Amino acid sequence: MTRLEKKLAALKSEGRKGLFIYITAGAPDIETSVKAMLEAERAGADVIELGIPFSDPLADGPVIQESSVRAIRNGMTVEGVLKIVREIRKSSEMPLVAMGYINNLLSYGFSSPPTHPQQFSTVNDQEALKASAGHYDGFEKFVVDAKAAGLDGVILPDVPHEESSAMREISKRNEFHLVEFITPVTTVERMRETCTDADGFIYCVSNTGVTGVKELDFSVINRVAREARQFTSTPMAVGFGIGNAASAVSAAVETDGVIVGSAVVRRLLDGQFDEAMALIRSMRDALDQHYRN
Amino acid sequence: MKGRFGSYGGQYVPEIVMPALMELEAAYEQFRDDPKFLADFDFYLKQYAGRPTMFYAADKLTAHYGRAKIYLKREDLLHTGAHKINNALGQAILAKRMGKSKIIAETGAGQHGVASATAAALFDMDCTVFMGVEDIERQKLNVFRMKLLGAEVHPVKSGTGTLKDATSEAIRYWATHVTDTYYLIGSVVGPHPYPTLVRDFQKCIGQEIRADSIKTFGRLPDYVVACVGGGSNAMGTFYDFKDEPAVKKIGVEAGGRSDAVGDNAKTLSGTGRPGVLHGAYSYVLQTDVGQIIEAYSISAGLDYPGVGPEHSFMKDAGVAQYVAVTDQEALDGFKLLSRLEGIIPAMESSHAIAYLDKLMPSTTADEVVVVCLSGRGDKDVQMVARAMGVEI
Repeated sequence: MTRLEKKLAALKSEGRKGLFIYITAGAPDIETSVKAMLEAERAGADVIELGIPFSDPLADGPVIQESSVRAIRNGMTVEGVLKIVREIRKSSEMPLVAMGYINNLLSYGFSSPPTHPQQFSTVNDQEALKASAGHYDGFEKFVVDAKAAGLDGVILPDVPHEESSAMREISKRNEFHLVEFITPVTTVERMRETCTDADGFIYCVSNTGVTGVKELDFSVINRVAREARQFTSTPMAVGFGIGNAASAVSAAVETDGVIVGSAVVRRLLDGQFDEAMALIRSMRDALDQHYRN
Repeated sequence: MKGRFGSYGGQYVPEIVMPALMELEAAYEQFRDDPKFLADFDFYLKQYAGRPTMFYAADKLTAHYGRAKIYLKREDLLHTGAHKINNALGQAILAKRMGKSKIIAETGAGQHGVASATAAALFDMDCTVFMGVEDIERQKLNVFRMKLLGAEVHPVKSGTGTLKDATSEAIRYWATHVTDTYYLIGSVVGPHPYPTLVRDFQKCIGQEIRADSIKTFGRLPDYVVACVGGGSNAMGTFYDFKDEPAVKKIGVEAGGRSDAVGDNAKTLSGTGRPGVLHGAYSYVLQTDVGQIIEAYSISAGLDYPGVGPEHSFMKDAGVAQYVAVTDQEALDGFKLLSRLEGIIPAMESSHAIAYLDKLMPSTTADEVVVVCLSGRGDKDVQMVARAMGVEI
């Protein structure tokens, strides 16, 4: 069992909801982000999601876009994220999951400059095609190094179930979680496939949109989660649009936990470190008061 | 594999838009061979856009080089001024059939935005065009045209405010409004089924070149040349000849101001390598750690750091060859065609024209070169004047 599985099983047996906190690695600066991850655990976070900053974060709203720009400017890379994981592992055994975009992982370990053969050929060059087919090599190297560093899994919001089979296989082989998504628009057939293959936890996207949206109705995702439950016993966590204690409570009705990102990152970007931690504490308290048996 | 060209392509998008892609794929499968749909598309291509376009023997350009005979495929004569209208009409008709009432589009130079706004006006649909703030500033004329046509122009401030960011923002918006909104993508890029669908709506270019060549000189051309940003006019030009190795297919990218990082858009002909941008696995300009590099070109339609996945396949498979010309060479091509033939080409198309300087010396008088003149240059006149140091 991974740290993540152990933690989620323990929460379940205690009848408690998990609190997943997303923090972009490297924003507002590297030191603060690492400190925030460690302090978040003390404030009541169960799982930390380390955001790997990407130049073009398709699934993210303005807050994570801003933190990504800052983190990239601060030199944050996949390698840098693994360094932070090693650092945290010196003092903590809390579950750590990375969240990022596939392109950074495909590039992991890349160093040599590419060659560009430029000639006409009359037949398809099978060798060239074969060479480009190994495009998950970077991902595999990442999984091996990440596992060794102490990371428990990865969330890739631009990899839907249809594209994940090769990466899923690599992850499973390394006892590393590749987190799958369900949303309010996921059809039942796809939900069955996704849930059957799911590993670690299932990320339930609360709304049709991107991260950082405010004031949501969580009844839809709770209905979706209830529906998904028939296909899997893998824990589920709801993310997108959870910005305060009240929304954390209403989002968690049917699932095993909630994921909070933009609300924490916004405060960190604004230099409100203590307020970010206070928010985490308030969510922890509210979830425990409301759900603890 | 479905939606793949070799290993390129795929659907690297948030789960939230997957059902919409599947709905689009199913609709396209249903309509692509539907005689009524094709007749509709054909009607608007002919009666509204102005197809087939002229296949013009550029005798003065031919005489200038004194080698192979040069023909121009006059996509610049189409309604709205570029090949973009082919795809916009095709997708708008598809969207209408799917029962969608709202379309969104991304645009760089504004040509696809104008084409989308035009199709939306024609088919009575709401249209929002995502455009980077930098491009809005560079292409004021097209912004005004879109507004005249009834479209809303949504300024995109993120990143560097160009086509890449506009595309990302359009995808984000789509994810938030996925149930009633159709995303009308402007090139052979993006997740499956877009690269296939846009190619099919543009392949009439190559089909007409084939028919015109046989009619005019009794055989296929030796070379077809087209500019490549995302690659839709080039794919439209190449596709009908993909199984004809005797027809050499040359895609011309923007060499920009230098070969330095961030100074060009040489995705296939420079330092790009395979990666994922905007939903597809394809060549992309990126750093060693996988951050996308902002592309640069004098032409707002070519400064895209990615390229259509089928072009990546064609490059690796040797089906087509990809080269680049610089800003300066493109400007020279712009002036050359204007002076010699009385045709002011779009800056994008000027790249294809400019490559003739390199290609023609290696050709012979019995050969034929066809250049896809993808758009007209009216929109670029102000910018070219500035580049020439002229106040207008």
